[in-house]
Amino acid sequence: MKKEPVKVKEASAEIRVGNFAEVVQGYSEEEALAESSRCLQCKNPLCTSGCPVGIDIKKFIYHITQKNYQAAYFTIREKSNFPSICGRVCPAEYQCRKECILTKKGSPFASEQAINIHFLERFIGDYGKNNNLNVPEEKEERFTKFKVAVVGSGPAGLCCAGELARKGVKVDIFESLHKTGGVLRYGIPPFRLPWDILDFEINYLKKLGVNFITNFLVGKAKAVKELFSEGYSAVFLGLGAGVPSFLGIPGENSCNIYSVNEFLTRVNLMSAYKFPEFHTPVNIGKHVLIVGGGNTAMDSARVALRLQKLKGYPLNTTVIYRRTEVEMPARRLEIEHAKEEGIKFEFLVQPKEFIADEQGFVKKLICLKSKLGEPDSSGRRRPVIIEGSEFELDCDLCVIAVGLKANQILINATPDLKTDKYSDVIVDSESMESSIKGVFAGGDIVGGEGTVIEAMGMAKKAAQSIIGELSGR
Amino acid sequence: MKILNKQIINDVAGVKITQLDILAPDIAAKAAPGQFIMLMASENGERIPLTLVDTDKLKGTVSLIFQEAGFTTRSLGRLNSGDVLYSLVGPLGHPTEIKKYGKIILVGGGVGIAEILPVARALKKAGNQVTTILGSRNKELLILEEELKSTSDQFYVMTDDGSYGRKGFTTDMLKELLDKDKYDLVYSVGPIPMMKKVAETTRAYNIKTLVSLNALMVDATGMCGCCRVTVGKEVKFSCIDGPDFDGHGVDWDELQKRNKVYSVQEKHICNLFPAS
Repeated sequence: MKKEPVKVKEASAEIRVGNFAEVVQGYSEEEALAESSRCLQCKNPLCTSGCPVGIDIKKFIYHITQKNYQAAYFTIREKSNFPSICGRVCPAEYQCRKECILTKKGSPFASEQAINIHFLERFIGDYGKNNNLNVPEEKEERFTKFKVAVVGSGPAGLCCAGELARKGVKVDIFESLHKTGGVLRYGIPPFRLPWDILDFEINYLKKLGVNFITNFLVGKAKAVKELFSEGYSAVFLGLGAGVPSFLGIPGENSCNIYSVNEFLTRVNLMSAYKFPEFHTPVNIGKHVLIVGGGNTAMDSARVALRLQKLKGYPLNTTVIYRRTEVEMPARRLEIEHAKEEGIKFEFLVQPKEFIADEQGFVKKLICLKSKLGEPDSSGRRRPVIIEGSEFELDCDLCVIAVGLKANQILINATPDLKTDKYSDVIVDSESMESSIKGVFAGGDIVGGEGTVIEAMGMAKKAAQSIIGELSGR
Repeated sequence: MKILNKQIINDVAGVKITQLDILAPDIAAKAAPGQFIMLMASENGERIPLTLVDTDKLKGTVSLIFQEAGFTTRSLGRLNSGDVLYSLVGPLGHPTEIKKYGKIILVGGGVGIAEILPVARALKKAGNQVTTILGSRNKELLILEEELKSTSDQFYVMTDDGSYGRKGFTTDMLKELLDKDKYDLVYSVGPIPMMKKVAETTRAYNIKTLVSLNALMVDATGMCGCCRVTVGKEVKFSCIDGPDFDGHGVDWDELQKRNKVYSVQEKHICNLFPAS
């Protein structure tokens, strides 16, 4: 008999919109066992081919069925450093689960029937965390004389630092913000990735000997070149993609129009939802519009809804997207969560102009309707504006979530560092070494906006190259 | 991030201006005139930008001068020597372009006068003939007079009430000077209405006019766009593209409005935690 997928427990939509606590509660042991038993243990599993770092998914799920959680943990850890994090934020429905044999052929994302690999990964990651499992250190005396500078404490930087420290290399991570974690801290809201999960991973790195230097902006306070003269043997750049794109339409600088990064940083990093206990303010409106269809759009919509609830406003947050739901790049899981919470969606809508009141605060957004035309370079059907379809939406707060570009400060301060037309750092795809010898890079600063696991994959490769190079010295 | 020295520069008629010298060797080593830092007074604090007024590379200190205007500057004013800031990062932004322009006029108003000082010193050192015009409500509120006088070839003070120097606006004197002589650069820091007026005044004379903008910021590394300003029809980020911009291109009204976006919260938090 075909077994139905095991649903994961979630905080009820009604309650969760009033707080920032984690929504997905994760599997219990019984649930994990039941879900893992649905895995067909394919002879030629396709799931692994969908994983950017090639986790042996079949094997770790098999270990779960045998209640050998420790073995499952170490199977994942062969390829992924942060299973608790990836189990929460990986877009599994576009990756491993999409390739699962139980996904309907030709589906643009995983079918509901596909094994809930991400929830199983999370279960195992949390098991490892709760039982203090960790891959053994492989400290080698010959590496202890080297120190490496990691710039940026986001997913790529953390992963690279961990890999190097495990071998005995001394690692300093430079972070320009006052807190560590990069986008995992300022970008992803705690209702998707609770801080204790992130802090656990960071504390583990500290225990490994990794030294975190916050409030330090490499490129301004120190040049990359100087790091070498100060005795660092290599530099890893995990700078991230943090520069927000805007629409470039009239009225966009009106008050209460936020980039997604500003909105999320105020709320996540600066805890503006606890103003005035925390001193950073954020505004909220009664007619909130979010422009965009990616994960940051979903995150900011759900943050806005929570702010409305905390303020006692009626819940009224609408996502406007220029294509349709199928083309939305956001995680399907988070689109569902957003819908459950009461986020409204307007598809095939193109913003044209913001109208502000006399004090400069936005009050309306003039939009155009569109229809889908031929596919563009991304393979998604291009939205085509319908002439004369202009209409107005009430809008007293807007978040622009239409993409993020490479962080620029270090790149601009380092002319020898070769970049492509997107200002991403060019690296050798095998070694992850940049145009400057001894300077490696990974994460969003290399591939543009990507996922945590992709960043991790690149960082791991870079760490291996660095170790390789240090071995020869 | 430890405060080594605190000096109350002015405390009259509800205007309190303080100087803090803070241990920050990495910032001091690299900072150049016109750059700024971001700081948090406490763990729950807000990140605010402040222009670097002075650096001592030998002692490894940076000096900040600020007027208690809102909640964060007030919190900062309550810190004392020996206290440690929760966060301090810098130097940020592009330094002011220091070179020999020829004859230049510096126009400073209010606490912006403090931000003029490092630029004045650097421009003087670069061989420029420096004329400084300072604006203040009255004699008592004027700061750093001696410091700026000694770096200037010509020096003027304008007060609103005529209690010192001459009565009138900085732009009255600016116009007088521009009518009499040819200048190569005007550099101005102060309240937005003053900088706007300076830019309007010099436009007619077609003189390059640089202003240092004080937009709201969060990360100050180009990631949030809170500090976006329109300059010459282009959207710029004050933090990474500025803080100095061509004053003739700045959309002043937009900047003024954007800087007031949290005035309700500011009032609220100041009322909640009144001055002790």
